[in-house]
Amino acid sequence: MEKDIKKVVVLGSGALKIGEAGEFDYSGSQALKALREEGIETVLINPNIATIQTSDNIADKIYFLPVTPFFVEKVIKKEKPDGVLLSFGGQTALNCGIALHKQNIFSDNNVRVLGTPIQAIIDTEDRDNFVRKLDEINVKVPRSIAVTSIEAAVEAAETLGFPIIIRSAYSLGGLGSGFCSNNEELYSLGSKAFSYSDQILVEESLKGWKEVEYEVVRDKYDNCITVCNMENFDPLGIHTGESIVVAPSQTLNNSEYHKLRKLSIDIIRHIGIIGECNIQFALDPYSEDYRVIEVNARLSRSSALASKATGYPLAFVAAKLGLGFGLHQLKNSVTKTTTACFEPALDYIVCKIPRWDLNKFWGVSKEIGSSMKSVGEVMAIGRTFEEAIQKGLRMIGQGMHGFVGNRDIENIIIEKELEAPTDMRIFAIAMAFYKGYTIDQIWELTKIDKWFLDKLKRIFDLQEALSKYSTLEDVSDDMLLSAKKMGFSDFQIGRCVFKSDSDFITEDVIRVRKYRKSRGIVPSVKQIDTLAAEYPAQTNYLYLTYNGTEHDLSYEEDGNSVVVLGSGAYRIGSSVEFDWCGVNALNAINKAKYRSVMINYNPETVSTDYDICDRLYFDELTFERVMDIIDLETPKGVIVSTGGQIPNNLAMRLHEQDVTILGTSPQSIDNAENRHKFSSMLDALKIDQPRWRELTTIDDIYSFVEDVGFPVLIRPSYVLSGSAMNVVSNREELEHFLDLAVKVSKQYPVVVSEFIEHAKEIEMDAVAKDGEIFAYAISEHVEYAGVHSGDATMLFPPQKVYVETTRRIKIISREIAKSLSISGPFNIQFLAKDNDIKVIECNLRASRSFPFVSKVLKTNFIEIATNIMLGEPVEKPSKSLFELDYVGVKAPQFSFARLQKADPILGVDMSSTGEVGCIGDNYYEGVLKSMLSVGYTIPEKSVLISAGPTRTKTELVNSARLLIEKGYDVYTTAGTHDFFKLNGIETIKLHWPDENKKPNTLDFIKSKQVNLVVNIPKNLTKNELDQDYQIRRSAIDFNIPLITNARLASAFLYAVSKLSNEDISIKSWDEY
Amino acid sequence: MKTYKKVSLVLENGATFTGKSFGYEKSVAGEVVFNTAMTGYPESLTDPSYKGQLLIATYPLIGNYGVPIKEMEHDLLKFFESDRIHISALIISDYSFNYSHWNAETSLAQWLIDQEIPGIFDVDTRALTKIIREKGAMLGKILFEGEDVEYYDPNLENLVDQVSTKKKIVYGDGKYKVVLIDCGVKNNIIRCFLDRDVTVIRVPWDYDIFTEEYDGLFISNGPGNPKMCDVTINNLKKALEGDKPVFGICLGTQLMGLASGADTYKLKYGHRSHNQPVLMEGTDRCYITSQNHGYALDTKTLQPGWEPYFTNVNDDTCEGIRHSSKPFFSSQFHPEASGGPVDTEALFDDFINLMKKQK
Repeated sequence: MEKDIKKVVVLGSGALKIGEAGEFDYSGSQALKALREEGIETVLINPNIATIQTSDNIADKIYFLPVTPFFVEKVIKKEKPDGVLLSFGGQTALNCGIALHKQNIFSDNNVRVLGTPIQAIIDTEDRDNFVRKLDEINVKVPRSIAVTSIEAAVEAAETLGFPIIIRSAYSLGGLGSGFCSNNEELYSLGSKAFSYSDQILVEESLKGWKEVEYEVVRDKYDNCITVCNMENFDPLGIHTGESIVVAPSQTLNNSEYHKLRKLSIDIIRHIGIIGECNIQFALDPYSEDYRVIEVNARLSRSSALASKATGYPLAFVAAKLGLGFGLHQLKNSVTKTTTACFEPALDYIVCKIPRWDLNKFWGVSKEIGSSMKSVGEVMAIGRTFEEAIQKGLRMIGQGMHGFVGNRDIENIIIEKELEAPTDMRIFAIAMAFYKGYTIDQIWELTKIDKWFLDKLKRIFDLQEALSKYSTLEDVSDDMLLSAKKMGFSDFQIGRCVFKSDSDFITEDVIRVRKYRKSRGIVPSVKQIDTLAAEYPAQTNYLYLTYNGTEHDLSYEEDGNSVVVLGSGAYRIGSSVEFDWCGVNALNAINKAKYRSVMINYNPETVSTDYDICDRLYFDELTFERVMDIIDLETPKGVIVSTGGQIPNNLAMRLHEQDVTILGTSPQSIDNAENRHKFSSMLDALKIDQPRWRELTTIDDIYSFVEDVGFPVLIRPSYVLSGSAMNVVSNREELEHFLDLAVKVSKQYPVVVSEFIEHAKEIEMDAVAKDGEIFAYAISEHVEYAGVHSGDATMLFPPQKVYVETTRRIKIISREIAKSLSISGPFNIQFLAKDNDIKVIECNLRASRSFPFVSKVLKTNFIEIATNIMLGEPVEKPSKSLFELDYVGVKAPQFSFARLQKADPILGVDMSSTGEVGCIGDNYYEGVLKSMLSVGYTIPEKSVLISAGPTRTKTELVNSARLLIEKGYDVYTTAGTHDFFKLNGIETIKLHWPDENKKPNTLDFIKSKQVNLVVNIPKNLTKNELDQDYQIRRSAIDFNIPLITNARLASAFLYAVSKLSNEDISIKSWDEY
Repeated sequence: MKTYKKVSLVLENGATFTGKSFGYEKSVAGEVVFNTAMTGYPESLTDPSYKGQLLIATYPLIGNYGVPIKEMEHDLLKFFESDRIHISALIISDYSFNYSHWNAETSLAQWLIDQEIPGIFDVDTRALTKIIREKGAMLGKILFEGEDVEYYDPNLENLVDQVSTKKKIVYGDGKYKVVLIDCGVKNNIIRCFLDRDVTVIRVPWDYDIFTEEYDGLFISNGPGNPKMCDVTINNLKKALEGDKPVFGICLGTQLMGLASGADTYKLKYGHRSHNQPVLMEGTDRCYITSQNHGYALDTKTLQPGWEPYFTNVNDDTCEGIRHSSKPFFSSQFHPEASGGPVDTEALFDDFINLMKKQK
């Protein structure tokens, strides 16, 4: 190891976004752990406050600051580190590092880039360098021409011949990439790609080739290993983040596997990486011809997946190699006896499946292709492909029960879906089998290797065979066991045999469970040990399979296990914040000397790191699987309140099977979840709430709306994060919505609520013990109610809330806590207008903002909650939010750039993919830091304002004045222009996109003559949204920051007018 | 649903596993060993070093890419390591009944049936492997109903004699003449020589090598207990008295060691995998290697003049030796790979360079 490295700066990846998500919390945390082990002082820069890496005892110092050259330089100057790690924070950290290197910031400050030399990184990122480097060792890349203008792109396409693919250099997850079959498509996609990068590549298309990835590691002694290879289920053309992926590869023979492996090693050597890299290959399905598609000289989503797939901690090892260790000098962290210089042998197959949330966006294209749209992923482990993929399809959590046995998918044209896949592609294959398509026909349309299709067909065939029976007793044990070996759930078997088409066949599921247990058909628990049983594992990284006859471990049955249910796939509405909650619950369990047990299946998380608990079950969070595990663990109890909505929804069903739920009773959870029960409780407590009704006929809806008046909020009951929720502002909208989007019946009731405008939204995050509040945090939204709480900018402690309001919120919360006898974490959302307070929601579980308030208050709410749930002695924290002399600001991160055509507008349904939390000395500094952290920039010289209705126009008048005083050019659309003029503010008028007159807003956006766009829609009606859509969408497409909420715009513009970058304090968490 | 014939695997310690048959239906006995490689079943099955063994694949999904075409190159089957299957039976977890590969012409099941080798699937191969890991390699038998067989210990027989060529065969017409003592050589060793301007003179294990003119002597891999190959050991003793380059792989290492006066022993459960790390002595270079052996050379018994060349980083076993002054060296692992990683193929170049120096 290098002895002169004493202090190291690690760059994080910021907020979770599409293409850069929780995997970098995992890799950063591992790197920090590796550095700490060597006694190195660590400094982390990452504004993502909900992560594990930004928690106590992971890094020595944490800066919640934007990962941009400006701020990183400031931190370097202040901290004077000896080294920096750039490859653990995704593309964000890498790009930032390259920029700092080009400005000589590292060399001027005597900071060494540890691990891969920066030139090697540049060689992999710059396409020209990359091609030249690989050419030097005769490694093939797709024929490709780098161009810097659209005209040159057209010329290049002529040389190569259509179809071609274009990519932009230096971008995350294939942003601005796509296939073009003609000049027209090239023009449209090309100009967009140029908005992200000065250079784009025009390449030969390899559609239909297999896509295979290798994770490669090299140390300073030139020792190289490939830790894992992975094969995409979908052929090339679908981004690896959008494809189902299996590890190890399944259709490659030894010669192909090792040819690509050798190429990987030749490449990593020639480029000179020290640490880890990911290499993507295209492989001809009819020969051993190949192309190297991409080299990522950093930890990536794939490397996180590979770490979880194999048990080999890539990020941890890469960090050690960066410090100068050799692979052979490190130990295998699973066996603890053998060396880390080896290649894992798997004795199972893993299957990764992406999770999309495209339904949450207005207008988004659902086709999947060469750029990434998925927001999360799951990894399923099995000992057959059928078992793994069926598990995985349940894990993605979109109401599917596996490959078969699902409800009919409506509005699908099978042939079209197979040829031009969307997020439903795998289910379209199932439907094709139902319609009698052959494997060959499906292959013709999809080019998915027939090996995969054949396996899927076997699942389908078994389903057909099972469906011939109508009682379980008639099904042979052999067939039942075969079904379980192929990953059929009790639900699927129940549906095949009992033929119920309801989604709620709880009774059937229990019947199947009882019957199969009586026949001795139960799963086995197996360890992931990196060496396929050749050496014993010292860790308990586990999965369940029916393809086995014995458990790898024996159970104590001492009642000392505490099971924590994880949060599943990252999705909009549930992501890294629940991982933080889960991990902190495990930490508390470990401290209390219980056996900590985690169930989760998200490879991007820290909670699925086998080091974090005594036993990690990397498996499903279904009722069936959780019960299988509980049967074995016979735990003291189960914690359902730290993993978001998935475990919360299981509480009652587990309780009915006599499972001990720790903390708040399942009955109380149900009383809070069930609208009717909760509402009557509030009425009894005389606590106000917006008027609402659950209605089952259209007539009832109209008459209710007549009572409460527009706007109203309409939603189906019991759905997480309000999918399909909608606000309607007038009768026409209501009719439209009821006609097209909603089924109204006794079985599908609709909940209609009064929607209160211009009200403040206030949140209470708290922990109670036996109904008495132990710790609490009240925070305030910058935006008025109507913006989903996950999309809102949050202030803690509240800055502009009446003392009377806070007092009343505390009283109400106490009454609710007492009435529900809460023991554990909970969250209540309030509306406040003047001092009129209404409760809108109450969740008896940790909320999204728990890590944020815990870190700002420096009081770990989850630790307190867990100790309460365990019955450990706890003391009331002494600190109160009223004592803080700083302010925490949590801001949402949106990923609209990746979601082609989606309208970047905020509504009652959540659309942000991540968040940051920063601490400021005052409100405006906090707002500025947090907004800079999610990609906003201080506008250079001009701002476009289209200010919406009169109320928001009024709100923005002052902002416009301040901007002009500060010397900004302020452009406005017609109405805003006139309004501002009446108020004595001269702005420059631009015409609406549809006016076809110059000067036009669109031209100004496209030519980047404005540096910020503020566009406030008057309301959420379709007409209004359509009108401004072009302004908003082009702002996104041309990479210009956009704000669509007046209160947020006003806060940001005020901050921008008052402060510059230089005014922002560079203070670490512990300095507040 | 199709049903498959039940078949059981019985170990000498009494443990019994039940599975289903997908290969040839005949009861067999042998030594049960496991291989943790994730690819390369056509290569493994035709590796003569597996002679007499019932092979467990720890990777559960087998048969995915079928069995390659029988194309010939240099008088050798291009995609196999010998001209037939050498294992006595194959034990797996999940068989892929339909294969998919451009280079395949038949299924694994059909190939096993054609060569009269039993195949058994639907076995908890991990549980089975753990027994072998804990108790050591042991005898076992595959039993079809009503057809019992006796346990059989292949290590008590001269297996090398069964797999070695019966007559001298000459391959290629290269600059360097190498006499290859065939103890059960894998085709890829011959290919590696042919790619390097070598004429390969392949001779039986007990052949009088001194009747041949050669620039270098090579001793191949092969099955079983090395001490069975007394004739080869004696010939080697004589060869090691000379100065011509000598290179041994796998069993070749053990035979060179025995000829030099060192001793061999049986490993608990051997090394059969594609991921064995070996450190080159005196350096920080660690290589990932392909291996298949049940016996090893005891480093402690090395005689003066000999030193360890490579050592296994996981269990410190001998992975190769070299002579401190003469051009003799060996590897316990397989630099020719097939299957497995090809990182150490340069050892063949080293051997050529030694011959070049002497020319």
